[in-house]
Amino acid sequence: MKACLIIENLDCGSVRDVNLTLAVGECVSLAGASGSGKTRLLRAIADLDVHFGTIHLDGKDRRCFIPAQWRRRVVMVPAESHWWDDTVGVHLNGSPDMDLEALGFGPEVRGWFVRRLSSGERQRLALARAAALEPAVMMLDEPTANLDAEATERVERWLAERRHRNGTAILWVTHNAAQAARVAQRGYRITASTLQQAFP
Amino acid sequence: MTLVHLGWVDLGVAAALVVLLAALATWSRLEVSRPLLISAARMVIQLALVGLVLETLFAYAALYWVSLMALVMLLLAGREVVARQRRRLAGWWSFGISTGAMFISSFAVTVFALTALVQAVPWYEPRYAIPLLGMLLGNTMNGVALSQDRLIEGAWQQRDIIEARLMLGQGWQEAVGSVSRESMRSGMIPMINGMAAAGVVSLPGMMTGQILAGSPPAEAVKYQILIFLLITVGSGFGTLLANRLVARRLFDERERLRVDRLVEMQSR
Repeated sequence: MKACLIIENLDCGSVRDVNLTLAVGECVSLAGASGSGKTRLLRAIADLDVHFGTIHLDGKDRRCFIPAQWRRRVVMVPAESHWWDDTVGVHLNGSPDMDLEALGFGPEVRGWFVRRLSSGERQRLALARAAALEPAVMMLDEPTANLDAEATERVERWLAERRHRNGTAILWVTHNAAQAARVAQRGYRITASTLQQAFP
Repeated sequence: MTLVHLGWVDLGVAAALVVLLAALATWSRLEVSRPLLISAARMVIQLALVGLVLETLFAYAALYWVSLMALVMLLLAGREVVARQRRRLAGWWSFGISTGAMFISSFAVTVFALTALVQAVPWYEPRYAIPLLGMLLGNTMNGVALSQDRLIEGAWQQRDIIEARLMLGQGWQEAVGSVSRESMRSGMIPMINGMAAAGVVSLPGMMTGQILAGSPPAEAVKYQILIFLLITVGSGFGTLLANRLVARRLFDERERLRVDRLVEMQSR
């Protein structure tokens, strides 16, 4: 499989010496106790925190990207989404109706007010918002934490389609071992400040 | 027309009224009596000292003495900006940026006004230079302090939103844009409102002073208009510049939001 994202000797906060490769269209799950540094790791990969180590995307060193360009290619979707405008539509400029429909929304969602959204709606719309950038890698911090079984299944199906259709690589943080086995080809876990392979 | 001299008794009566106000404030448990009295005492001492300094300065009108006085005023203004902020940039950045912005805008406008408009001989004649610089610095200081405080406070409160925008591939200027614009506006609004109310609601201090000192009102008004326009230019540019530099400092070279560069001040 063709490598997409290559992380070498990454040190961020308490997590040391992370080496991880994501192939094109691959999904890798990440688990670990809360406070073990999963979010810090995602933030470091998105270049939001100071850290050490090198990261390449499609063979190109991260330092060759301007920061905003890097974050559009390697997009992070945090556990809690934040919105800067009152209406949903302003944030969903590039999202096709198709994506919204796959996540269970009609086109009228663009006119909704952000503060009226439920936490599950916010979570799904945050995924659509990030996917609109057409990133090479999506890093998802517990993307289905606030969703019921049906919505969870929708999101999983939609993300799997994106992997196959666009070759998007996904780094998926989840506490749920069953979900990890379902969505990911490989699984990792942060134990004692190091990244260890959990499966296969 | 001769100047009516104020005696010490007149000042004493006014001071007694302030003490009365402080007593009333204590009685109403407002907890402002102490700062009120301390500020009043500071004002009296500072003005008395500056009166002495100015008398001496006017007697020896040498460029280096005027420059030294200007430098001291600038550094005190920088210190005041830092002291007025709840949160500020760590290290010397807050002081450095504020002082630098005030230096560039206030000094440039003052020197321009002295050489091109007032045209006193010599151009640094302290009778014109020091009051002009004082008014410019005072107003620029207000604008810089207010807008910087709003910018840092806004960035701190909205740090999650700013980071969300960064995560979605926006540049730092876009991510902090709304906070930065809002803070620039709040720094410039007092000055804009001041001009709008000038002469209708309030008679500006300098003009009032000149009239009290016996100048013809038409002449005093001309000076006041000049001062207002210069203050607007000086404090406006100073505010914009300081705001820009502080916003840049909130992000590093990889455009990460660096709230770790802020320190919280103890309330005074």
